[in-house]
Amino acid sequence: MMHAQRPVDGPAPLPTERPSDQELERIASQVRRDIIRMTHGAKSGHPGGSLGCADFLVALYFHILRHQPNPWDMDGSGQDIFFLSNGHISPVWYSVLARSGYFPVAELATFRRINSRLQGHPTTHEGLPGVRMASGSLGQGLSVALGAALAKRLNGDDRLVYSLHGDGELQEGQNWEAAIFAAARKVDNLIATVDWNNRQIDGDVSDVMTLGDLHAKWKAFGWEVLEMNGNDLTTILATMTEARQRTGKGRPVMVLMRTEMGMGVDFMMGTHEWHGVAPSDEQAQRALAQLPETLGDY
Amino acid sequence: MTAYPVLDQKDTRSGFGAGLLELGKKRADVVALCADLTGSLKMDAFAEAFPDRFIQCGVAEANMMGVAAGLTIGGKIPYTGTFANFSTGRVYDQIRQSIAYAGKNVKICASHAGLTLGEDGATHQILEDIGLMRMLPDMAVVVPADHNQTKQATLAIADHQGPVYLRFGRPKWPVFIPMDMPFELGKAQVLVTGKDVSLFACGHLVWKALQAAEELAKDGISAEVINVHTIKPLDVEAVLSSVARTGCAVTCEEHNRHGGLGDAIAQTFAQQRPTPQEYVAVNDTFGESGTPDQLLKKYGLDTPDIVAAARRVLARK
Repeated sequence: MMHAQRPVDGPAPLPTERPSDQELERIASQVRRDIIRMTHGAKSGHPGGSLGCADFLVALYFHILRHQPNPWDMDGSGQDIFFLSNGHISPVWYSVLARSGYFPVAELATFRRINSRLQGHPTTHEGLPGVRMASGSLGQGLSVALGAALAKRLNGDDRLVYSLHGDGELQEGQNWEAAIFAAARKVDNLIATVDWNNRQIDGDVSDVMTLGDLHAKWKAFGWEVLEMNGNDLTTILATMTEARQRTGKGRPVMVLMRTEMGMGVDFMMGTHEWHGVAPSDEQAQRALAQLPETLGDY
Repeated sequence: MTAYPVLDQKDTRSGFGAGLLELGKKRADVVALCADLTGSLKMDAFAEAFPDRFIQCGVAEANMMGVAAGLTIGGKIPYTGTFANFSTGRVYDQIRQSIAYAGKNVKICASHAGLTLGEDGATHQILEDIGLMRMLPDMAVVVPADHNQTKQATLAIADHQGPVYLRFGRPKWPVFIPMDMPFELGKAQVLVTGKDVSLFACGHLVWKALQAAEELAKDGISAEVINVHTIKPLDVEAVLSSVARTGCAVTCEEHNRHGGLGDAIAQTFAQQRPTPQEYVAVNDTFGESGTPDQLLKKYGLDTPDIVAAARRVLARK
């Protein structure tokens, strides 16, 4: 017997009332506080990249994605879905997931603690809503996002797949296998983004192992390529709208996003040193003093 | 006379191809991925019948594993096809993180496993794959005995929720499992009952174990032959109840003596019923070029090796 095509649930609607840029700024400030408090509380974790991607992930989850936080559904049928490939920036993702309704905000206090769903790197293993793939070992997320995009295509689901990758992560060869595959299979319902902060653990990406002309590389691999300032909400919303308009045209879409590692905390900016170091008590206080509490700390 | 006449000579990979085609007709949620080895894996028929559900990935196995993992998000059941070496060692971290740890319902189907790959030599003759895959939590490991059973297993693993490693091979090999013999994942099959020694085997060596049992019978030794087609989860009950009757065991596998079927069974013995055991396995070395028959003989995996191991273990009872 032929199984019927998997039914697609009614597509998740665009939120009727989308937050204004000012409201998104306020959410981003709270998310940055969460990042500092989570890494400080756990005495470990990755604040630098998390702060740098806060604006983008807030824009994504509070404005761009057509998604259904609750009830949560692994398959995400009829929804836009997102994959975080550079899993070490879990603090920002967990904060944004909690603040957008995937799980209780109070659970952020369990980050990296024993018996928590908020593992150091994101995983499906503990059943945390919003997480569809384990990530942390770098370079694997683009392939996964492509598979999910193909599943949507096979299911007749016209929603999109989004993914985020680190720039240092692009040194992993699997990304380039995936880049070839995406163009060859004409996966045009995917918008991949790169956190182009030019920082990695050992220093600047351009020093450790330069990526060369990153824009030209993706273009040469057959992708639509856009660039944006990933720390400017107005620019993010405009560019991601443009990115969405470029989907469905036979090519995968890449948005290279210039960001500042540590954005929003002055002493964490301009260096790679805060890639994977938690702030001390005193440093956390200094950081939080720069970040207004807008939605209430967890 | 043997209870298992040779029905035909067929490669187990053709059993996979036939099973995949049948599965494609039965289930619309099954998709197949291949890394430039469609002909070798006998996936052509599926690709022709279901072009929308066949995904050619090129020579890029790491990406293939990730794409397969992603396809499960949306309800697909992906079957990946490439050689055993490129299905495991080459992509171990992709399988570990994106499939096993993530709990994704991917079926990793691996051909050309073991020495019987033959002339291509040691680069392709992986002898470590069962061990690699056994170590991954929640990964089922299935090594069917012949063409018919490979077809049955290909169909059966679709009904198992979770990742599966399905291992098969290249050479034409005796077909002796009747298609109407039930196949149940995780249930070992007692092919021949005996009282003196238990021969536990998987894959191509099940046939060799049957031959060995006939040889032993000529000397009045009654050997029980158990087809352990599922190495994980191991049918502990079948293993223990057999040695409760026989009191000793020989394990037979086309794999390194470290990490495979023999070790899975030895672990069971150590914990539950200390039992003399001999290994018929590759002695911690790489293979080389040659015909399958030459290689099985040279590396000690042939019928006489199983007979000799049975005599050794009988002396230890």
